[in-house]
Amino acid sequence: MLDTIVIPLLKILVLLNAVLVAVTFMTLLERKVIAWAQSRLGPMRVGPYGVLQAIADPIKLILKEDITPARADRMLFTLAPILSLVPALVVFSVVPFGGDELFYVTDINVGLLFIISVTSIGVYGIILAGWASNSKYPLLASLRASAQLISYEIAVTMTLVSVILTAGTLSMVGIVEAQQESGLWFGFVQPVAFVLVLIGGLAETNRAPFDLPEAEQELTGGFHTEYSGMRFALFFLAEYANMIVITAVVTILFWGGWLRPFPNVEALAFLDLVPGWIWFFGKMFVFLYLFIWIRATLPRYRYDQLMRLGWKVLIPIAIANIVVTGVFKVLL
Amino acid sequence: MAEAIAFYTLAVLILGLGVAVVTTPKTVHSVLFLVLNFLCVAILYVVLRAEFLAVIQVLVYAGGIVVLYLFVVMLVNLKRAPEAHEDPRRLARLGLGLSGAVLLELAGIVVYSYGRAAPSSAPAAPVEGIVGNTEELGWLLYTDYLIPFEVASVLLLVAMVGAIVLARRES
Repeated sequence: MLDTIVIPLLKILVLLNAVLVAVTFMTLLERKVIAWAQSRLGPMRVGPYGVLQAIADPIKLILKEDITPARADRMLFTLAPILSLVPALVVFSVVPFGGDELFYVTDINVGLLFIISVTSIGVYGIILAGWASNSKYPLLASLRASAQLISYEIAVTMTLVSVILTAGTLSMVGIVEAQQESGLWFGFVQPVAFVLVLIGGLAETNRAPFDLPEAEQELTGGFHTEYSGMRFALFFLAEYANMIVITAVVTILFWGGWLRPFPNVEALAFLDLVPGWIWFFGKMFVFLYLFIWIRATLPRYRYDQLMRLGWKVLIPIAIANIVVTGVFKVLL
Repeated sequence: MAEAIAFYTLAVLILGLGVAVVTTPKTVHSVLFLVLNFLCVAILYVVLRAEFLAVIQVLVYAGGIVVLYLFVVMLVNLKRAPEAHEDPRRLARLGLGLSGAVLLELAGIVVYSYGRAAPSSAPAAPVEGIVGNTEELGWLLYTDYLIPFEVASVLLLVAMVGAIVLARRES
Protein backbone atom coordinates (compact mmCIF):
# COMPACT_ATOMS: atom_id res chain seq x y z
CA MET A 1 0.00 0.00 0.00
CA LEU A 2 2.67 2.48 1.08
CA ASP A 3 5.12 1.40 -1.61
CA THR A 4 2.65 1.01 -4.44
CA ILE A 5 0.31 3.96 -3.92
CA VAL A 6 1.35 6.56 -1.35
CA ILE A 7 5.01 7.04 -2.26
CA PRO A 8 4.48 7.19 -6.06
CA LEU A 9 1.63 9.67 -5.54
CA LEU A 10 3.84 11.85 -3.36
CA LYS A 11 6.61 11.70 -5.97
CA ILE A 12 4.15 12.70 -8.71
CA LEU A 13 2.89 15.59 -6.57
CA VAL A 14 6.40 16.89 -5.93
CA LEU A 15 7.39 16.41 -9.58
CA LEU A 16 4.35 18.21 -11.01
CA ASN A 17 4.83 21.19 -8.73
CA ALA A 18 8.56 21.28 -9.43
CA VAL A 19 7.94 21.28 -13.20
CA LEU A 20 5.32 24.03 -13.00
CA VAL A 21 7.49 26.22 -10.77
CA ALA A 22 10.46 25.58 -13.05
CA VAL A 23 8.36 26.67 -16.03
CA THR A 24 7.34 29.97 -14.41
CA PHE A 25 10.95 30.82 -13.68
CA MET A 26 11.99 29.67 -17.17
CA THR A 27 9.79 32.43 -18.62
CA LEU A 28 11.59 34.96 -16.44
CA LEU A 29 14.99 33.58 -17.41
CA GLU A 30 14.04 33.74 -21.06
CA ARG A 31 12.93 37.37 -20.84
CA LYS A 32 16.07 38.31 -18.93
CA VAL A 33 18.51 36.52 -21.23
CA ILE A 34 16.90 37.87 -24.40
CA ALA A 35 16.88 41.35 -22.86
CA TRP A 36 20.59 41.09 -22.04
CA ALA A 37 21.32 39.84 -25.55
CA GLN A 38 19.62 43.00 -26.86
CA SER A 39 21.30 45.36 -24.35
CA ARG A 40 18.11 45.85 -22.34
CA LEU A 41 17.42 45.21 -18.67
CA GLY A 42 14.30 43.07 -19.02
CA PRO A 43 11.69 43.01 -16.23
CA MET A 44 12.97 45.11 -13.31
CA ARG A 45 9.88 46.43 -11.50
CA VAL A 46 8.42 43.44 -9.61
CA GLY A 47 10.76 42.45 -6.78
CA PRO A 48 14.57 42.79 -6.82
CA TYR A 49 15.81 42.63 -10.44
CA GLY A 50 12.29 41.61 -11.46
CA VAL A 51 12.51 38.18 -9.86
CA LEU A 52 8.89 38.22 -8.74
CA GLN A 53 7.75 38.83 -12.33
CA ALA A 54 7.56 35.03 -12.53
CA ILE A 55 4.85 35.10 -9.85
CA ALA A 56 3.07 38.18 -11.17
CA ASP A 57 2.60 36.79 -14.70
CA PRO A 58 0.64 33.67 -13.71
CA ILE A 59 -1.56 35.73 -11.35
CA LYS A 60 -2.30 38.13 -14.18
CA LEU A 61 -3.17 35.27 -16.54
CA ILE A 62 -5.49 33.63 -14.00
CA LEU A 63 -7.34 36.88 -13.36
CA LYS A 64 -7.85 37.74 -17.04
CA GLU A 65 -11.21 37.24 -18.69
CA ASP A 66 -11.63 33.86 -20.34
CA ILE A 67 -13.14 34.35 -23.80
CA THR A 68 -14.58 31.68 -26.06
CA PRO A 69 -15.28 32.85 -29.63
CA ALA A 70 -18.99 32.70 -30.49
CA ARG A 71 -18.60 30.31 -33.43
CA ALA A 72 -15.96 28.08 -31.87
CA ASP A 73 -16.45 24.37 -31.27
CA ARG A 74 -16.86 24.74 -27.50
CA MET A 75 -15.95 21.24 -26.42
CA LEU A 76 -12.78 20.98 -28.51
CA PHE A 77 -11.85 24.58 -27.73
CA THR A 78 -11.75 23.62 -24.03
CA LEU A 79 -10.12 20.28 -24.66
CA ALA A 80 -7.24 21.55 -26.82
CA PRO A 81 -5.11 23.32 -24.15
CA ILE A 82 -5.57 20.37 -21.78
CA LEU A 83 -4.52 17.95 -24.53
CA SER A 84 -1.33 19.87 -25.16
CA LEU A 85 -0.32 20.20 -21.49
CA VAL A 86 -1.13 16.73 -20.13
CA PRO A 87 1.22 14.70 -22.39
CA ALA A 88 4.05 17.13 -21.60
CA LEU A 89 3.59 16.43 -17.88
CA VAL A 90 2.96 12.67 -18.20
CA VAL A 91 6.37 12.22 -19.84
CA PHE A 92 8.15 13.23 -16.62
CA SER A 93 6.97 9.99 -14.98
CA VAL A 94 9.76 8.04 -16.72
CA VAL A 95 12.52 10.67 -16.53
CA PRO A 96 15.14 9.63 -13.95
CA PHE A 97 16.68 12.65 -12.22
CA GLY A 98 19.13 10.47 -10.29
CA GLY A 99 20.35 6.90 -10.04
CA ASP A 100 18.52 6.20 -6.80
CA GLU A 101 14.94 4.97 -6.97
CA LEU A 102 13.94 8.07 -5.02
CA PHE A 103 14.61 10.26 -8.07
CA TYR A 104 12.20 8.72 -10.58
CA VAL A 105 8.53 7.80 -10.47
CA THR A 106 8.93 4.63 -12.50
CA ASP A 107 11.39 2.95 -14.84
CA ILE A 108 9.63 0.96 -17.56
CA ASN A 109 11.55 -1.16 -20.04
CA VAL A 110 10.19 0.82 -23.01
CA GLY A 111 10.87 4.21 -21.37
CA LEU A 112 12.31 6.04 -24.37
CA LEU A 113 9.54 4.80 -26.69
CA PHE A 114 6.99 5.85 -24.06
CA ILE A 115 8.38 9.38 -24.14
CA ILE A 116 8.32 9.51 -27.95
CA SER A 117 4.77 8.20 -28.21
CA VAL A 118 3.28 10.34 -25.43
CA THR A 119 4.82 13.52 -26.81
CA SER A 120 3.38 12.62 -30.23
CA ILE A 121 -0.10 12.89 -28.66
CA GLY A 122 0.61 16.53 -27.81
CA VAL A 123 0.18 17.45 -31.50
CA TYR A 124 -3.58 17.08 -31.10
CA GLY A 125 -3.69 20.03 -28.71
CA ILE A 126 -2.18 22.29 -31.37
CA ILE A 127 -4.23 20.98 -34.31
CA LEU A 128 -7.51 21.13 -32.39
CA ALA A 129 -6.79 24.58 -30.97
CA GLY A 130 -6.49 25.91 -34.51
CA TRP A 131 -9.51 24.08 -35.84
CA ALA A 132 -11.85 24.66 -32.88
CA SER A 133 -11.18 28.43 -32.88
CA ASN A 134 -13.02 28.60 -36.22
CA SER A 135 -10.76 31.41 -37.36
CA LYS A 136 -8.43 31.46 -40.34
CA TYR A 137 -5.07 32.47 -38.82
CA PRO A 138 -5.13 29.86 -36.06
CA LEU A 139 -6.15 27.22 -38.61
CA LEU A 140 -3.22 28.08 -40.89
CA ALA A 141 -0.87 28.11 -37.93
CA SER A 142 -2.05 24.75 -36.67
CA LEU A 143 -1.67 23.20 -40.14
CA ARG A 144 1.89 24.50 -40.25
CA ALA A 145 2.53 23.26 -36.73
CA SER A 146 1.26 19.76 -37.37
CA ALA A 147 3.21 19.41 -40.64
CA GLN A 148 6.34 20.59 -38.85
CA LEU A 149 5.84 18.30 -35.87
CA ILE A 150 5.24 15.20 -38.00
CA SER A 151 8.28 15.89 -40.19
CA TYR A 152 10.69 16.45 -37.32
CA GLU A 153 9.23 13.66 -35.23
CA ILE A 154 10.27 11.22 -37.95
CA ALA A 155 13.80 12.64 -38.01
CA VAL A 156 14.17 12.56 -34.22
CA THR A 157 12.75 9.05 -33.85
CA MET A 158 15.07 7.74 -36.58
CA THR A 159 18.02 9.39 -34.84
CA LEU A 160 17.09 7.85 -31.52
CA VAL A 161 17.31 4.40 -33.14
CA SER A 162 21.09 4.77 -33.39
CA VAL A 163 21.27 5.79 -29.71
CA ILE A 164 19.17 2.76 -28.75
CA LEU A 165 21.55 0.59 -30.81
CA THR A 166 24.51 2.01 -28.89
CA ALA A 167 22.87 1.61 -25.47
CA GLY A 168 21.19 -1.74 -26.15
CA THR A 169 18.17 -0.81 -24.03
CA LEU A 170 15.08 1.39 -24.11
CA SER A 171 14.94 2.00 -20.36
CA MET A 172 15.95 5.54 -19.38
CA VAL A 173 17.80 4.30 -16.30
CA GLY A 174 19.37 1.53 -18.40
CA ILE A 175 20.69 4.04 -20.96
CA VAL A 176 22.52 6.02 -18.26
CA GLU A 177 23.87 2.80 -16.73
CA ALA A 178 25.14 1.77 -20.16
CA GLN A 179 27.10 5.03 -20.30
CA GLN A 180 28.54 4.30 -16.87
CA GLU A 181 29.68 0.89 -18.05
CA SER A 182 31.28 2.14 -21.25
CA GLY A 183 32.85 5.01 -19.27
CA LEU A 184 31.97 7.46 -22.01
CA TRP A 185 28.96 9.74 -22.40
CA PHE A 186 27.12 8.88 -25.61
CA GLY A 187 27.50 12.49 -26.73
CA PHE A 188 31.09 11.58 -27.62
CA VAL A 189 30.07 8.28 -29.25
CA GLN A 190 27.11 9.73 -31.18
CA PRO A 191 27.89 13.41 -31.81
CA VAL A 192 25.87 13.47 -35.04
CA ALA A 193 22.81 12.03 -33.29
CA PHE A 194 23.17 14.64 -30.53
CA VAL A 195 23.09 17.54 -32.99
CA LEU A 196 20.14 16.00 -34.86
CA VAL A 197 18.12 15.50 -31.66
CA LEU A 198 18.90 19.05 -30.54
CA ILE A 199 17.73 20.52 -33.86
CA GLY A 200 14.69 18.25 -33.92
CA GLY A 201 13.94 19.17 -30.32
CA LEU A 202 13.95 22.87 -31.17
CA ALA A 203 11.56 22.18 -34.03
CA GLU A 204 9.25 19.96 -32.00
CA THR A 205 8.88 22.54 -29.25
CA ASN A 206 8.17 25.24 -31.88
CA ARG A 207 11.14 27.27 -30.68
CA ALA A 208 13.11 29.74 -32.76
CA PRO A 209 14.44 29.34 -35.44
CA PHE A 210 11.54 26.93 -36.08
CA ASP A 211 8.76 29.01 -34.51
CA LEU A 212 6.74 29.33 -37.71
CA PRO A 213 3.49 28.23 -36.05
CA GLU A 214 3.73 31.35 -33.92
CA ALA A 215 5.06 33.75 -36.54
CA GLU A 216 3.64 37.02 -35.25
CA GLN A 217 4.11 38.96 -38.46
CA GLU A 218 2.12 36.56 -40.63
CA LEU A 219 -0.22 34.77 -38.27
CA THR A 220 -0.98 37.32 -35.54
CA GLY A 221 0.28 34.98 -32.84
CA GLY A 222 -0.38 31.50 -34.15
CA PHE A 223 -2.69 28.67 -33.18
CA HIS A 224 -3.52 30.23 -29.81
CA THR A 225 -4.61 33.61 -31.20
CA GLU A 226 -8.19 33.17 -29.97
CA TYR A 227 -7.18 31.99 -26.51
CA SER A 228 -6.97 34.21 -23.46
CA GLY A 229 -6.43 33.98 -19.73
CA MET A 230 -5.67 30.64 -18.16
CA ARG A 231 -6.32 28.61 -21.32
CA PHE A 232 -3.62 30.58 -23.10
CA ALA A 233 -1.40 29.99 -20.07
CA LEU A 234 -1.85 26.22 -20.47
CA PHE A 235 -0.36 26.38 -23.99
CA PHE A 236 2.50 28.41 -22.60
CA LEU A 237 3.07 25.89 -19.82
CA ALA A 238 2.99 23.05 -22.35
CA GLU A 239 5.61 24.69 -24.57
CA TYR A 240 8.02 25.24 -21.70
CA ALA A 241 7.33 21.83 -20.12
CA ASN A 242 8.16 20.29 -23.51
CA MET A 243 11.40 22.26 -23.59
CA ILE A 244 12.32 20.86 -20.19
CA VAL A 245 11.47 17.35 -21.43
CA ILE A 246 13.72 17.74 -24.46
CA THR A 247 16.63 18.99 -22.37
CA ALA A 248 16.13 16.14 -19.89
CA VAL A 249 16.09 13.59 -22.71
CA VAL A 250 19.21 15.09 -24.29
CA THR A 251 20.94 15.06 -20.89
CA ILE A 252 20.06 11.41 -20.29
CA LEU A 253 20.80 10.10 -23.78
CA PHE A 254 23.96 12.02 -24.59
CA TRP A 255 25.45 13.62 -21.50
CA GLY A 256 25.28 10.89 -18.91
CA GLY A 257 22.22 11.94 -16.92
CA TRP A 258 23.22 12.07 -13.27
CA LEU A 259 26.78 10.80 -13.92
CA ARG A 260 29.80 12.99 -13.19
CA PRO A 261 32.23 13.73 -16.06
CA PHE A 262 34.42 10.72 -16.90
CA PRO A 263 32.44 8.33 -14.64
CA ASN A 264 35.17 5.66 -14.58
CA VAL A 265 38.28 7.77 -14.03
CA GLU A 266 39.36 7.20 -10.41
CA ALA A 267 41.36 10.41 -10.19
CA LEU A 268 38.16 12.42 -10.55
CA ALA A 269 36.29 10.52 -7.81
CA PHE A 270 36.12 13.69 -5.69
CA LEU A 271 33.50 14.95 -8.17
CA ASP A 272 31.14 12.36 -6.68
CA LEU A 273 30.84 14.65 -3.65
CA VAL A 274 28.38 16.61 -5.78
CA PRO A 275 25.12 14.62 -5.73
CA GLY A 276 23.92 13.15 -9.03
CA TRP A 277 20.76 15.22 -9.26
CA ILE A 278 22.83 18.41 -9.14
CA TRP A 279 24.88 17.19 -12.11
CA PHE A 280 21.59 16.40 -13.85
CA PHE A 281 20.01 19.81 -13.27
CA GLY A 282 23.28 21.54 -14.12
CA LYS A 283 23.42 19.81 -17.50
CA MET A 284 19.74 20.52 -18.13
CA PHE A 285 20.27 24.18 -17.33
CA VAL A 286 23.07 24.43 -19.90
CA PHE A 287 20.72 23.18 -22.62
CA LEU A 288 17.81 25.35 -21.48
CA TYR A 289 20.14 28.33 -21.65
CA LEU A 290 21.27 27.20 -25.13
CA PHE A 291 17.63 27.11 -26.31
CA ILE A 292 17.10 30.70 -25.15
CA TRP A 293 20.44 31.79 -26.58
CA ILE A 294 19.48 30.33 -29.97
CA ARG A 295 16.16 32.18 -29.87
CA ALA A 296 17.93 35.46 -29.19
CA THR A 297 20.45 34.84 -31.99
CA LEU A 298 18.94 33.16 -35.04
CA PRO A 299 16.28 34.49 -37.44
CA ARG A 300 13.27 32.36 -38.33
CA TYR A 301 13.35 29.84 -41.19
CA ARG A 302 11.07 30.19 -44.19
CA TYR A 303 8.47 27.41 -44.48
CA ASP A 304 10.02 25.72 -47.54
CA GLN A 305 13.49 25.92 -45.94
CA LEU A 306 12.08 24.29 -42.83
CA MET A 307 10.58 21.41 -44.79
CA ARG A 308 13.71 20.97 -46.90
CA LEU A 309 15.89 20.85 -43.79
CA GLY A 310 13.65 18.24 -42.17
CA TRP A 311 13.13 15.88 -45.09
CA LYS A 312 16.21 16.33 -47.26
CA VAL A 313 18.90 16.90 -44.65
CA LEU A 314 17.98 15.56 -41.22
CA ILE A 315 16.25 12.31 -42.24
CA PRO A 316 19.00 11.16 -44.68
CA ILE A 317 21.68 11.95 -42.06
CA ALA A 318 19.67 10.04 -39.45
CA ILE A 319 19.43 6.98 -41.73
CA ALA A 320 23.15 7.15 -42.55
CA ASN A 321 23.85 7.40 -38.82
CA ILE A 322 21.84 4.23 -38.16
CA VAL A 323 23.79 2.36 -40.86
CA VAL A 324 27.18 3.54 -39.54
CA THR A 325 26.21 2.69 -35.95
CA GLY A 326 25.00 -0.75 -37.04
CA VAL A 327 28.24 -1.48 -38.91
CA PHE A 328 30.35 -0.44 -35.91
CA LYS A 329 28.13 -2.45 -33.60
CA VAL A 330 28.69 -5.59 -35.70
CA LEU A 331 32.44 -5.05 -36.19
CA LEU A 332 33.36 -4.15 -32.60
CA MET B 1 -10.78 -11.34 -12.08
CA ALA B 2 -9.41 -7.81 -12.32
CA GLU B 3 -8.12 -8.67 -15.78
CA ALA B 4 -11.57 -9.85 -16.87
CA ILE B 5 -13.19 -6.65 -15.62
CA ALA B 6 -10.56 -4.57 -17.45
CA PHE B 7 -11.04 -6.59 -20.63
CA TYR B 8 -14.82 -6.30 -20.75
CA THR B 9 -14.79 -2.60 -19.86
CA LEU B 10 -12.28 -1.98 -22.64
CA ALA B 11 -14.18 -4.16 -25.07
CA VAL B 12 -17.38 -2.17 -24.49
CA LEU B 13 -15.43 1.10 -24.84
CA ILE B 14 -13.69 0.01 -28.03
CA LEU B 15 -16.92 -1.13 -29.69
CA GLY B 16 -18.83 1.92 -28.48
CA LEU B 17 -16.15 4.28 -29.81
CA GLY B 18 -16.13 2.36 -33.09
CA VAL B 19 -19.87 2.97 -33.43
CA ALA B 20 -19.32 6.63 -32.52
CA VAL B 21 -16.73 6.94 -35.32
CA VAL B 22 -19.20 5.96 -38.03
CA THR B 23 -22.30 7.70 -36.64
CA THR B 24 -20.88 11.13 -35.70
CA PRO B 25 -21.91 13.71 -38.33
CA LYS B 26 -18.89 16.02 -37.84
CA THR B 27 -15.84 14.48 -39.48
CA VAL B 28 -13.30 16.01 -37.09
CA HIS B 29 -15.17 14.62 -34.08
CA SER B 30 -15.36 11.25 -35.79
CA VAL B 31 -11.58 11.21 -36.29
CA LEU B 32 -11.11 12.07 -32.61
CA PHE B 33 -13.29 9.14 -31.58
CA LEU B 34 -10.97 7.01 -33.71
CA VAL B 35 -7.99 8.27 -31.68
CA LEU B 36 -9.75 7.34 -28.43
CA ASN B 37 -10.52 3.94 -29.93
CA PHE B 38 -6.82 3.38 -30.74
CA LEU B 39 -5.82 4.49 -27.24
CA CYS B 40 -8.25 1.98 -25.70
CA VAL B 41 -6.72 -0.77 -27.85
CA ALA B 42 -3.30 0.32 -26.54
CA ILE B 43 -4.56 -0.09 -22.96
CA LEU B 44 -5.83 -3.54 -23.92
CA TYR B 45 -2.27 -4.42 -25.01
CA VAL B 46 -0.97 -3.21 -21.63
CA VAL B 47 -3.49 -5.46 -19.87
CA LEU B 48 -2.12 -8.33 -21.98
CA ARG B 49 1.42 -7.35 -20.86
CA ALA B 50 2.53 -6.39 -24.36
CA GLU B 51 3.95 -2.98 -23.40
CA PHE B 52 6.06 -2.64 -26.54
CA LEU B 53 3.04 -3.20 -28.77
CA ALA B 54 1.00 -0.74 -26.70
CA VAL B 55 3.59 2.02 -27.04
CA ILE B 56 3.99 1.37 -30.77
CA GLN B 57 0.20 1.44 -31.17
CA VAL B 58 0.10 4.92 -29.60
CA LEU B 59 3.12 6.14 -31.56
CA VAL B 60 2.13 4.87 -35.01
CA TYR B 61 -1.66 5.01 -35.00
CA ALA B 62 -2.70 7.65 -32.47
CA GLY B 63 0.35 9.87 -32.87
CA GLY B 64 1.09 9.43 -36.57
CA ILE B 65 -1.57 8.10 -38.89
CA VAL B 66 -4.60 9.77 -37.32
CA VAL B 67 -2.77 13.11 -37.22
CA LEU B 68 -2.49 12.81 -41.01
CA TYR B 69 -6.22 11.95 -41.24
CA LEU B 70 -7.00 15.06 -39.22
CA PHE B 71 -4.70 17.07 -41.45
CA VAL B 72 -6.57 15.97 -44.58
CA VAL B 73 -9.99 16.43 -42.98
CA MET B 74 -9.08 19.98 -41.99
CA LEU B 75 -7.69 20.82 -45.44
CA VAL B 76 -10.71 19.44 -47.27
CA ASN B 77 -13.75 21.31 -46.05
CA LEU B 78 -16.30 18.63 -45.20
CA LYS B 79 -18.82 20.89 -43.53
CA ARG B 80 -21.32 20.86 -46.40
CA ALA B 81 -24.34 18.60 -46.09
CA PRO B 82 -24.23 15.33 -48.09
CA GLU B 83 -25.85 15.70 -51.49
CA ALA B 84 -28.98 13.83 -52.53
CA HIS B 85 -27.21 11.14 -54.56
CA GLU B 86 -24.83 10.50 -51.67
CA ASP B 87 -27.24 8.38 -49.68
CA PRO B 88 -25.16 7.25 -46.70
CA ARG B 89 -26.92 3.86 -46.79
CA ARG B 90 -26.27 3.12 -50.47
CA LEU B 91 -23.54 0.62 -49.62
CA ALA B 92 -25.42 -0.93 -46.70
CA ARG B 93 -25.75 -4.34 -48.39
CA LEU B 94 -22.07 -4.58 -49.25
CA GLY B 95 -21.17 -3.55 -45.68
CA LEU B 96 -23.50 -6.10 -44.17
CA GLY B 97 -22.09 -8.81 -46.44
CA LEU B 98 -18.48 -8.00 -45.54
CA SER B 99 -19.23 -7.81 -41.80
CA GLY B 100 -21.02 -11.16 -42.08
CA ALA B 101 -17.99 -12.69 -43.79
CA VAL B 102 -15.64 -11.44 -41.05
CA LEU B 103 -18.00 -12.72 -38.34
CA LEU B 104 -18.16 -16.12 -40.05
CA GLU B 105 -14.37 -16.25 -40.21
CA LEU B 106 -14.09 -15.41 -36.51
CA ALA B 107 -16.68 -18.04 -35.66
CA GLY B 108 -14.72 -20.53 -37.76
CA ILE B 109 -11.53 -19.78 -35.83
CA VAL B 110 -13.35 -20.21 -32.50
CA VAL B 111 -14.85 -23.54 -33.59
CA TYR B 112 -11.51 -24.73 -34.99
CA SER B 113 -9.50 -23.85 -31.91
CA TYR B 114 -12.11 -25.05 -29.42
CA GLY B 115 -10.79 -27.99 -27.45
CA ARG B 116 -7.28 -27.70 -28.84
CA ALA B 117 -4.56 -26.88 -26.34
CA ALA B 118 -3.89 -23.13 -26.35
CA PRO B 119 -0.23 -22.18 -26.76
CA SER B 120 1.15 -21.17 -23.38
CA SER B 121 0.66 -17.44 -23.00
CA ALA B 122 4.33 -16.75 -22.24
CA PRO B 123 6.48 -18.87 -24.55
CA ALA B 124 9.93 -19.63 -23.22
CA ALA B 125 12.55 -17.19 -24.42
CA PRO B 126 14.13 -18.60 -27.59
CA VAL B 127 17.62 -17.68 -26.42
CA GLU B 128 19.10 -17.56 -22.94
CA GLY B 129 19.14 -14.12 -21.42
CA ILE B 130 16.25 -12.60 -23.32
CA VAL B 131 13.88 -10.81 -20.97
CA GLY B 132 10.95 -8.58 -21.77
CA ASN B 133 8.80 -8.69 -24.86
CA THR B 134 10.72 -6.06 -26.82
CA GLU B 135 13.71 -8.38 -27.27
CA GLU B 136 11.44 -11.37 -27.78
CA LEU B 137 9.47 -9.60 -30.50
CA GLY B 138 12.68 -8.52 -32.24
CA TRP B 139 14.04 -12.04 -32.07
CA LEU B 140 10.87 -13.59 -33.52
CA LEU B 141 10.62 -10.96 -36.28
CA TYR B 142 14.15 -11.67 -37.49
CA THR B 143 14.00 -15.48 -37.23
CA ASP B 144 10.62 -17.22 -37.54
CA TYR B 145 8.79 -14.36 -39.23
CA LEU B 146 11.63 -12.98 -41.35
CA ILE B 147 9.93 -13.48 -44.72
CA PRO B 148 6.56 -11.89 -43.82
CA PHE B 149 8.49 -9.05 -42.19
CA GLU B 150 10.60 -8.42 -45.30
CA VAL B 151 7.57 -8.71 -47.58
CA ALA B 152 5.72 -6.13 -45.49
CA SER B 153 8.67 -3.74 -45.64
CA VAL B 154 8.95 -4.10 -49.42
CA LEU B 155 5.21 -3.46 -49.69
CA LEU B 156 5.59 -0.24 -47.68
CA LEU B 157 8.54 0.81 -49.83
CA VAL B 158 6.48 0.23 -52.99
CA ALA B 159 3.64 2.31 -51.54
CA MET B 160 6.08 5.11 -50.72
CA VAL B 161 7.62 5.11 -54.21
CA GLY B 162 4.10 5.03 -55.67
CA ALA B 163 3.05 8.05 -53.66
CA ILE B 164 6.11 10.00 -54.81
CA VAL B 165 5.47 9.07 -58.46
CA LEU B 166 1.84 10.21 -58.20
CA ALA B 167 2.83 13.46 -56.55
CA ARG B 168 5.50 14.28 -59.16
CA ARG B 169 3.41 13.45 -62.24
CA GLU B 170 2.56 17.06 -63.14
CA SER B 171 6.07 18.40 -63.75
